[in-house]
Amino acid sequence: MIPTVRRIVVRYSTFLILAALMLLFSLVSSRFLQVNNLLNIVDQSALLAIVAIGVTYTIISGGIDLSVGSVVALVGAVSAGLIVRAGLPVPVGILLGLVFGALLGLVNGLFVVYGRLQPFVATLAMMAIARGLTLLYTQGRPISGMGEAYTFFGSRLGPIPVSILVLLVVVLVSGTVLRRTPFGAYVYAVGGNEETTRLAGVAVSRVKLGAYAFSGLMAAVGGIILTARLWSAQPQAATGLELQAIAATVLGGASLMGGAGTILGTVAGALIMGVLANGLNLAGVSSYLQQVITGGIFILAVLLDMWTKRQKV
Amino acid sequence: MQYSLKMQGIHKHFPGVHALDDVSFDVEAGSVHALVGENGAGKSTLMKLISGSLVPDEGSIEVFGEAVRFRSPAEAQHHGISMIHQELTVVPERSVASNIFLGREPRALGGLFIDYRALNTQAKALLDRLDVRVDPTVPISELSIAQQQMVEVAKALSYNARVIIMDEPTSSLTERETATLFRIIRDLRADGITVIYISHRLEEIFEISDRVTVLRDGRTIRTDATADLDEDTIVSSMVGRTIDTIFPKREVEIGETILHVDGLSGNGFRDVSFSLRKGEILGISGLVGAGRSEMVRGLMGIDPVDGGSIDLFGQPVTTPRVAGMMRRGFAFVPEDRKEEALFLGMSVRDNLVVSLLSRLFRSGLIQYGRLGEVTAQYIDKLRIQTPSQGQLIRNLSGGNQQKVIIARCLALKPSVLILDEPTRGIDVGAKAEIHTIIGDLAAQGVGIIMISSELPEILGVSDRIVVMKEGRVAAQLDRTEATQDLIMQKAATGGGS
Repeated sequence: MIPTVRRIVVRYSTFLILAALMLLFSLVSSRFLQVNNLLNIVDQSALLAIVAIGVTYTIISGGIDLSVGSVVALVGAVSAGLIVRAGLPVPVGILLGLVFGALLGLVNGLFVVYGRLQPFVATLAMMAIARGLTLLYTQGRPISGMGEAYTFFGSRLGPIPVSILVLLVVVLVSGTVLRRTPFGAYVYAVGGNEETTRLAGVAVSRVKLGAYAFSGLMAAVGGIILTARLWSAQPQAATGLELQAIAATVLGGASLMGGAGTILGTVAGALIMGVLANGLNLAGVSSYLQQVITGGIFILAVLLDMWTKRQKV
Repeated sequence: MQYSLKMQGIHKHFPGVHALDDVSFDVEAGSVHALVGENGAGKSTLMKLISGSLVPDEGSIEVFGEAVRFRSPAEAQHHGISMIHQELTVVPERSVASNIFLGREPRALGGLFIDYRALNTQAKALLDRLDVRVDPTVPISELSIAQQQMVEVAKALSYNARVIIMDEPTSSLTERETATLFRIIRDLRADGITVIYISHRLEEIFEISDRVTVLRDGRTIRTDATADLDEDTIVSSMVGRTIDTIFPKREVEIGETILHVDGLSGNGFRDVSFSLRKGEILGISGLVGAGRSEMVRGLMGIDPVDGGSIDLFGQPVTTPRVAGMMRRGFAFVPEDRKEEALFLGMSVRDNLVVSLLSRLFRSGLIQYGRLGEVTAQYIDKLRIQTPSQGQLIRNLSGGNQQKVIIARCLALKPSVLILDEPTRGIDVGAKAEIHTIIGDLAAQGVGIIMISSELPEILGVSDRIVVMKEGRVAAQLDRTEATQDLIMQKAATGGGS
C-alpha cells in the first residue's frame, strides 16, 4: 500500500539518508566500507552522538541547550585537574566530573524554570561562562597526565573503541527513559503543550530541570571521552560542538518546536555527520569545502524531511 | 431534588471590573444545564471558579452538598468536576491514550515505567463506553476536531467526572458531528452525569438542555426550565433589550457583475463557478470540510489554485497572490481570528492600520498624527469599544476584535470583501452589529462573499447562496427559494446541479 510506504519513508528518512550516503561513499572509495574505517566513523561520531542525545532531551521538551560544547571542555578540564593537580583517584575524578556536568545543566534548568529565561538565552550565557571558567581553570594550557585508567575511555577494547560501548549504554538508558518512563512521557508532553501538561497535574518544573540536568550529564560524559581520547584536557576543546549536536538532533527528526524527536534518530543524525566527514576525507575533498558540503546536505536533509512530512495521507 | 452544584452570592473582582456581582447558580444533578450570555457577561469567570482556575472573592460553592474552595483545577477534578475548553488542550504529538491519561499513566515495575499496554486498554474501554471509534495509539493530531473533543470527554470520564463543563463545544463541528456530541451528552445524562453547556447557538440549547441560566453584566438574570422559554425571551434577557430581528436585512440595489469565477480548482475544491455583483451578499454554505474556506483562500491568492479563471471587472486575473488581490480591491477577514487575523500583542491601532501603511504613506515614513485620525474614524464608524487606540487588542472582546479586523479591510476601500465565519464565537449583540456593517457595505456597492456555518445567518444576510459539498458547488439558491431544510439537504446529500 502506498500510504504505508510513505509512512515508512517519513518515519525512517534519517536512516535512509544515512544509507544513501554510505552507498555513495562506498562507490567513491573502496576503503570506506572496511570494518576498521566503519569503526572509526562510529568512534568519531560517538562523542557527538552522546552529547546530541542530551541536547535531544532539551529540544523535545521545547527548549535547547547551547552550552554543551563549553560544558564538555569544562568537565574535561575539571576532572583532569582533580586527578592531576589534586591527586584524587581516577574514578573519583571522573565521577565528580559527571556530577559537575549535571549540576551545570541543572543551573541552566533553574534559569529556564525559575528565572523564566528563554532556553536560548540561558544556555547561551552558560556557553560563555563555562568556556571562560575552562580558560580560567586551565590558564589556557592543556592539562595532561591523568594516567591509563582515564585514557582507557579513549582507547579500544580489542578492536572495539570504548566510546562505542559507552554510546551503546547511553542509547539504551536514554531511550528506555524516554520511551518507557513517566519522566520520558512528560518530556514529550511538556514540549508538545506545556500548559496542558501543567493542568494535567504534572510537575512541569521538575521535568524541565531533569531534561537540562540530563543534557549537562551527557555533555560531561562527552567531556570525559574527549579528554581521554586526546590524553589531555584542552581549553578550546569541543568549540562549536553544540551546533553540531543541534544539527544531529534536527537531522534525526526532532522538532525545534518541541514535542518530537527520538534517540535513535539523533544517533543516525550524528552518524550522518560522521559519515560525511569521513567519506569526504577519503574522497580527498578539502576540509574547507567539506564544511560547505556538510551545510548543504544539512539543508537538503531538513527540506526533504519537511517535504515528506507535509504530504500527509 | 439533589443539586450537583450550588453557588450563592458569588462575587469576583478584577482590576477595574466587577466581573461577578452576587451570582447564584444552582445545577440539578444529572441534568444538562445551559449557561448563556453575551461575551463579557461573566460566563468564563463563573466556569473558572467552578473548575478551580480562580477563587471567588465572596460567596459559597457546594458540590453535591459539600462546601468547597478549589485552589487548583486538580482539586476540582478530584471532586469530580472537569472542564472541556473551547480551545482544546491536547498534546498534539502524543497518542490519544497518552493524552487521556497524561499525568496519571498506569505504571509497571514498581512505578518506574509506564505500562503502555494497560494505558491503551483503559483508553479503549473509555472510548468504547462513549461509542467513539478511534484508535487510542495514533497521535491525537491525526484526529478531527470533533474526535479530539470526544477524547476530551473520555478524559473527563477517566477522572470519574460527575460534572462536565463544555465551553462552546460545537463551534467547529459539523451538523453531523454535533449530533454525535449530543448523543454522547444524552448518554452522560442517562448515566447521572451533570453537563454544564455553554453555547452561543440558541437552537442547540433548546435541543439539548433541561434548564437555562442567563448571565448579563456579571449578574444572574434568570434560571428557568428550557421548556418554559422561547428564543426571543432568552435573547432579550441576554442583551437587556428586545431585538426585533437578529439579522436585519437591508434592501439594496444590486448592480453589475464585478467578479466572475469559472471552474476554479485547487486543493480541497474543484470546478467552482459563481459570479458576484455590486452590492450583492453571496452566502457560502456547506458542512465543515466542504472546501469553502479552501475555495476563498484560493480566490484570495493565499493558497495556490491549479485551474479555472477569475475575472474582475472584466479583466482576467492570472495566478492570484494575496498582495496583488488586495491591490485589485479584494479584502479578506479570515476564519481563525487569533491565528490568522490578530497581532495579539499589538495595539488596536496597529492592528487596524497594518494593511494600510504602505498606501497611506507613500513616502515610506509613518506620520503618527494621520494614523491616529484614520484609526479614530473607524473606531467611531464601527462603534468599536476600546478604552484607547493604544489598548492591546487581546484585551478586547471577540466582537470588538472582529470589528477591528473588519475595519482593517474597510480602510482599504475594497470592492470585494470576503468574510470567513465573521461572527463565530461572538455574542448576539455584536453579531447583529456586524450584520449591520455588512449590510451597510453592500449598500455602498461592495460585493460581499460570506462563509457561515450558521444557517439562520446565511439565510438572513445573503442575497444568494452557494452551497458547497465535497469541494464542489452543490447548489446555487436565491434568497427567495432558500430554506434551512433545502440548504441542509443540498449540503449533506445533494449532488450535481
